[in-house]
Amino acid sequence: MRTKIGIICLLTILIPTFLFISSCARPMSTTSVETDPGAGTSADGLTEEEIKAQEAAKKAEAERQRKLSEEQLLSESEARTQAAEAAAVAFTNDDIFFDFDSTEINGDAQQLLMEKADWLMTNPAVTIIIEGHCDNRGTTAYNLALGDRRAETAKAFLLNLGISGSRMTTISYGEERPLDNDESEAAWARNRRAHFIIE
Amino acid sequence: MSKTFRKFMYGIVLPILFLIIPGNSAGDVKFIDITKPYMRKIPIAVPYFKPVTGETVETETAQAASDLLSDMLTFTGFFKLLDRGAFLIDAENFGIIAPNINFPNWTTVGAELLITGGISIEGELMEIELRLFDTVKQTLLIGKRYKGWVKDQRKVMRKFAGEVIFQLTGSRGIFDSRLAFISTGSGHKEINFCDFDGTGSRQFTSHKSITLFPAWSSDGKWLAYTSYVKGSPDLYIKNISENRGVVFSKKGIQISPAWVPGKFELAAALSFTGDQEIYLLTGEGKIIKRLTKSRGIDVEPTFSPDGTKMAFVSKRSGTPQIYVREMDTGRVERLTFEGRYNTQPDWSPKGDKVAYSGMRDGQINIYVVGLEGDPPMQLTMDQGDNESPSWSPDGSLIAFSSTREGPSRIYICTAFGTDQRRLIKLPGQQSNPRWSPSGVID
Repeated sequence: MRTKIGIICLLTILIPTFLFISSCARPMSTTSVETDPGAGTSADGLTEEEIKAQEAAKKAEAERQRKLSEEQLLSESEARTQAAEAAAVAFTNDDIFFDFDSTEINGDAQQLLMEKADWLMTNPAVTIIIEGHCDNRGTTAYNLALGDRRAETAKAFLLNLGISGSRMTTISYGEERPLDNDESEAAWARNRRAHFIIE
Repeated sequence: MSKTFRKFMYGIVLPILFLIIPGNSAGDVKFIDITKPYMRKIPIAVPYFKPVTGETVETETAQAASDLLSDMLTFTGFFKLLDRGAFLIDAENFGIIAPNINFPNWTTVGAELLITGGISIEGELMEIELRLFDTVKQTLLIGKRYKGWVKDQRKVMRKFAGEVIFQLTGSRGIFDSRLAFISTGSGHKEINFCDFDGTGSRQFTSHKSITLFPAWSSDGKWLAYTSYVKGSPDLYIKNISENRGVVFSKKGIQISPAWVPGKFELAAALSFTGDQEIYLLTGEGKIIKRLTKSRGIDVEPTFSPDGTKMAFVSKRSGTPQIYVREMDTGRVERLTFEGRYNTQPDWSPKGDKVAYSGMRDGQINIYVVGLEGDPPMQLTMDQGDNESPSWSPDGSLIAFSSTREGPSRIYICTAFGTDQRRLIKLPGQQSNPRWSPSGVID
């Protein structure tokens, strides 16, 4: 019972307050309605031209918005294309590297090969050539065989990641096509590589 | 005799033995034992040959021919050529046949061997008499008379140099052999040829690609090699003079061919299975069988001269090493144990040694190892990278490539590593020399 009385008391205070607020608000809203339908001159004295200009501005704004969103869409697709191109460039630019007289796929190379496999998955029509290369320190025939194994090892890794063997061919250049002709550890390291080409 | 017939007769060089070798000459004891290391060079005198009539052209040809012969003999590494300026005899006035030779005049200047020559020229034809004497025993060892075209004097000198070497060593020598090698002079790696002494070089292939690994058949008529001309390293088997042959092309590499002695068969490393193994092929490019079986690289076959064994490079132990396979049983034994990178084996023509290149501390050098467990002997040292040894057909010399002067070039040394010198200097770089069998130059 005491709660009911409480609520009634509360309502008796609240309802008049609300009514007062709303009645105060009304005249303001009424004024704004009155200015609206004004043909010829309006309440705040705008000319017909001015209204037309306003409407044109609105249209222009809408148009601008539409264009913006279109542009955004476009730039998004462009970005997507660019990203795809960048991915393709990365695919061919990023060689995997080997230690001297080694065909072992190290951690960095594994990471790169997984990225390449992802890319190949999203580009199922692409076929690739894997080139095997060596530094010039060893001898010609052995290096050709070593380059062959490097290319084959990279291919086998991609095969294990689900890329079809029919999409990959290998070729060894041994020490015949160095990237870097310097005689330094750094140059040798750059030359001991598998290189990927999109056919 | 009709003129045409005479021309025909002279067209071919006609060696005529006109003096019989005396019984008390070298006999069974050879002057030069090419199997012995650190051999003493035999002092030899080759005075200018005598022009018979003394006409200018005759004198000039006589001097040129005696220089040619001297160069060829020096090239073998067996001789110390005596300076003509030190001769006691008036060059214009000395005997060329035994009764007229004052042998002590020659032994005094240190000569143990003497070669005399007489030359007469009639038009474009020449006649040369050449004699080799033992000045100590005062005996004639060989005497030959040649008739031929003046322009063929080099050929005549090669023939006589061959006779001299045969007389002194019992081996036919190298004077009718040539070398195949790779040169980048044209802007591409192409196979080139030159005569045994680096003269007469010419480009053999014109593939405008990467061409590698020339290999002579044992009759010298065929050359096998690898070229990328069709995009991948395929095997080419070509008749040298007849412009015919086959291309063997499968997936992977087709490299480092070597012919089986006396047969129209060759071995090469192929990788169509994904594994580099050595296979035996017919000269028509058909696979006969696989010769190696190991996971890992197997390349660079080379056969013993009797064809019963094959040395090759394998990574089966973890590093590239040279192994020997018995062709009958297939049994394989490891040949090299020192170092972690031994490749490019070439079996010696006498059959008792294998030359190869080994890498130690990043530097590649030429080694020779015996098949009877002798330790390897190092032939090159501290002079750039030295690669791809190839025995001369008589086993007395080894050709190899070296970067000792910067760019890679072809060098020659004796079987014991002495007398190292550059064979040839051409534009670009030269590598992978392969000495032909004897008898490939007429």
